[in-house]
Formats: sequence, structure tokens, C-alpha cells
Amino acid sequence: MSDSAHATSYALTDSWTMTRRELARWARQPVAVAVNLAFPVMMLLMFGYLVGGGRGVSGDYLDYLIPGMLALTMAFGLEGTMVAVTRDLERGVVDRFRSLPMTNGAILVGRSAADMLQSVLGLAVLLAVGYALGWRAHGSAGAFLGAVGLLLLFRFAMLWVGIHLALVAGKPEMVQAVQILVWPVGFLSNAFAAPEAMPGWLGTLVQWNPMSQTATAVRDLFGSPGGESGHVGAAVVWPLVILAVFFPLAVRRFARLSR
Amino acid sequence: MTDAAITVEGARKRYGDKHALDGLDLTVARGTVHGVLGPNGAGKTTLVRVLSTLLRPDAGRVEVAGHDVVTRAYDVRRRIGLLGQHAALDEELGGRQNLEMFGRLHHLGARRARARADELLARFGLADTGRKPVSAYSGGMRRRLDLAASLITEPEVLFLDEPTTGLDPRGRAEVWSSVRTLVGGGTTVLLTTQYLEEADQLADRISVVDAGRVVADGTADELKAATGGDRVDVVLRDAGQLGAALALLPLTGARVDADRRLLSAPVTDRMAALSGVVRALEEAGLEAEDVALRRPTLDEVFLHLTDRAEEAV
Repeated sequence: MSDSAHATSYALTDSWTMTRRELARWARQPVAVAVNLAFPVMMLLMFGYLVGGGRGVSGDYLDYLIPGMLALTMAFGLEGTMVAVTRDLERGVVDRFRSLPMTNGAILVGRSAADMLQSVLGLAVLLAVGYALGWRAHGSAGAFLGAVGLLLLFRFAMLWVGIHLALVAGKPEMVQAVQILVWPVGFLSNAFAAPEAMPGWLGTLVQWNPMSQTATAVRDLFGSPGGESGHVGAAVVWPLVILAVFFPLAVRRFARLSR
Repeated sequence: MTDAAITVEGARKRYGDKHALDGLDLTVARGTVHGVLGPNGAGKTTLVRVLSTLLRPDAGRVEVAGHDVVTRAYDVRRRIGLLGQHAALDEELGGRQNLEMFGRLHHLGARRARARADELLARFGLADTGRKPVSAYSGGMRRRLDLAASLITEPEVLFLDEPTTGLDPRGRAEVWSSVRTLVGGGTTVLLTTQYLEEADQLADRISVVDAGRVVADGTADELKAATGGDRVDVVLRDAGQLGAALALLPLTGARVDADRRLLSAPVTDRMAALSGVVRALEEAGLEAEDVALRRPTLDEVFLHLTDRAEEAV
């Protein structure tokens, strides 16, 4: 009993230490951080100006594209989470942490906090670039914050999918396989094109993609083309369902490291 | 309370149908260095993982620093240090940052964690490299930093899992001297190794582990003696004469190694055996390059005791 009492009294301190660890890593690798932030911006510019339009999209394409890119960035965050978790597992850092008198859960809490912070930063950069390109959200400030909230909720769900997959895979080499799979899942969404313009079965698949739910709701809240009112519910429920599945799976998997 | 820093009774750990620990027993007295010697896959790392609370044993009683590793894991963790097979450090952070982080996770508080980090960097000769990222460290430096990280709170019991595997001779010497200074401070050390020389150099007592159990236990000298005591080695100039030497020399139970032109046999009376051999060589006109008496090496003990003896000899 005193075991857990001791341990939980430090839960916050330990989680903060683990979060700070990630922040210190960023400070040490500014280039890597910049590249990470620049990647979605590059995608935005490529699709916005090079490709320049999506099938079945009416109205301003940038208006349609930016919510899609925001959602896609959140989905791709899964890779970063997986890479970080497998790296720590492989290097034995997780083992050392587990042999310390710290709250073991702080390892996962620190990971989540750092990844969420990075996602907030990623959203801010992407929104700022959009603003510089002349894009504007047409809804209220409340709706804007609601949209950001939905995106982060989706990212939070993806985060726990990432932690679980990383614990299952165990090795960084497996991450590559997942990275290859993340792309079609990311692109089989309404991020770039309207599902109505796709062949029937594909359109259905795309509409069911949880990422599309988030993108559609964000478009609605931003007052962009492609938004559908009444979609916010689905954009809340889907991530919660994913969390309900993957959060306990990841926690269980983590506890099973001692098996 | 006993005087043992580590007590293991009948520890079992199974993966599928492989028994990594198969009823292992071990007692390590406080303030000593205990070597756990065994071939790859003998269960050494599993043992360290169980002792350091990373793995739960399937069965058996395991106590470290007076606390059960399963039911009192937290109390054990406060009293141990672990040096795993690979340096468990944050490669992108600096040496000082790593030590400070581990200090905070030991709940030293910011100021003490910082002071302790500086102290350890100085003690391990890393003071002027504290800011460099660990990825820029040499193998030996990395291992020393890793060792420093496992000593944040002066642990009662320190586990070293193959601490010098993959290091060059210089790095190995660095780690050895660090371990020796530690022991002076009263820390109990359990060290696993595949290098017999390492166990011979560092350990007060040695347990030879094979297939998940301890197959022999004792000081290096006791183990050597148990393997058959002294031997006489005769190296001939001409391998073709080995057969003749085997027939003529007053030795029983001799072993022949044609590649090394070597004939080796156990002896009881050292001096009598030596003079007998020299006389017999002269009488038979056999030319010897070297005749020597020697204790068995730990290698021989090891090969003798572990299953792989048959394959290796």
C-alpha cells in the first residue's frame, strides 16, 4: 500500500520531469523540430498551389484544404509518437526509468504531454501560414477554439494508438511499416478532395474515416466549403471510441513489460 | 534481517517452453562483488531483470536489500542502481542533463539533482564534457556516464549486466577501475559477464549459471580447485611426437591438443610430476619447447561446468 502512496505523491513531479525531458530534447535539436513543423507547411503549399484543387470541391480551395491539412497533421503525429516510444524502448531508457523509484505512468504521461505540446505548435504554425496566405476562419472565435479542440482531441486519440502500436512493435524497424500504412489512411480521407466526387465505395470509405469526421466538423466550425453542420458530434465520438479502445490496450501493454 | 544483500530462492521464469530461470538459488553477502558467469542465453540478463524489478518471476522468492522485488518493488527501486547491457541514456541530451534528469526522478529536488550531477561528472572524469550530447561521447565515456547515472543515490545494491561487452580494452579498463573504487564504498555489486577474466579480476565470489540455474558457486580459487587442481602442460617441438610422448610420459588422464603441440594432464604431487616428466623426456629423446605447472584457468572451469563443454573441447 505504501508503495503506491509514495509513488503517486510524485506522479505530477515525475510527469513534469518527463515532459521537460522532451522539451530539452527539442532545444538540443532545433533543426529536427523545424523540419517537423515545416513538413505540413510544405504539404499545404504543394497541394494548395502545385496541385491547386481537389475533385468535387466548390469555393476557395485553400478554405477547403486548410482544415484537411490540419486534420492530416494530427493523424501523422502518430508516427512521431511511435518513433519516440520505440527509440526509448530499444535504447533501454524505458528499462532504466522502470527501475527508478518514480511513477511509472509518468513515462506515458510525459510522452503524451510533450506530443500534445508539439501538436499545438504544429497547428499554430500551419494556421499562421494559412493566415499569411490570406486564409481566414469565417466562424466565431468560440467556433475557432472548438475546431482547435476537436483537432487536438483527434491527435490525442492518435497518440494512444501510436503508443500502443509502438509497444506492440517494440523495434524502430516496425515503425516504417506503420509509416507506409499511415499514408493511405491519411489520404483516404476528405483532406484533399470531396468524397462525393469519388467512386461510390471509395466515397463511403472516405466518409467513414475518423479523420474525415474531424476535417468536416472543423470546416463547419471555420465556415469553410465542405463543412456540414451537425458533424461536431461525430468528431467528438470517433476519437473517444478510439481512445476507449487504445488507451486501455496501451496501458495494459505497458504494464506487461514486466511479464 | 539477514546479512545478505540479495537472496534468491527457487526463482523461475518461463518464456513459452524455454526456462530462462529454472529454479535458480543465489545469496550475495552485503558489501561484496558477486560475479554471475555464464554463456549467452544462460539466464544472466533475466536474473538481473528480475532482481531490478523489471520482470516478475513466475515463482520463487527474490529479495534485494531486504525487500521483496514483487510486493515491495518501490522499496527495492529506492535502493538499487542498474547498468543494463546497453547504455540507457538520452543520446541527444548532454551528460549533465541526463544525470540531472535521473536525479529528479530519484526525487532529489532541482538543486540537489544539479549538485549531484556535477559531483558525479567530476568523479567519473566527465566534468568538461558535461555539455556535449551523449551521442558525441566515446564508448568508454558513455559507459562511465551510464555508471554515474546508476549511482545517483549511492545504491545499496548495484547491478551491472555485462558492463564491458562491446568496449575496447581501454574502455574496459576504465569501467573496471570505476567498479573497484565503488566497492570500497560498501556497495554490493552483482555483475554478469561472459568474460572469465572480468569475473576473476572483479568478483569476490562467482556463480556459474547455465540453463537458468547455478551450476557452481565459490571464489575463483575454489572453482579452479574443484575442476581438478593443478595440471602439467608439455609443449613439444614436433607434433608428430605427441603419440610417443603420451605413451612414455608418467602421466594419467592426459589430453592432447595437436594444433598447439600440447599435452596436458592433471597432477597431484607438483614437483614429483615435473621432475618425472623432464626425466622421461630426456630419456626418450623428445624435444620439448615448454614444460609448465599451472592452475586451471577459469575458462576451463567454465567449459567444464557448462553444457557447452562438449561442443567447445
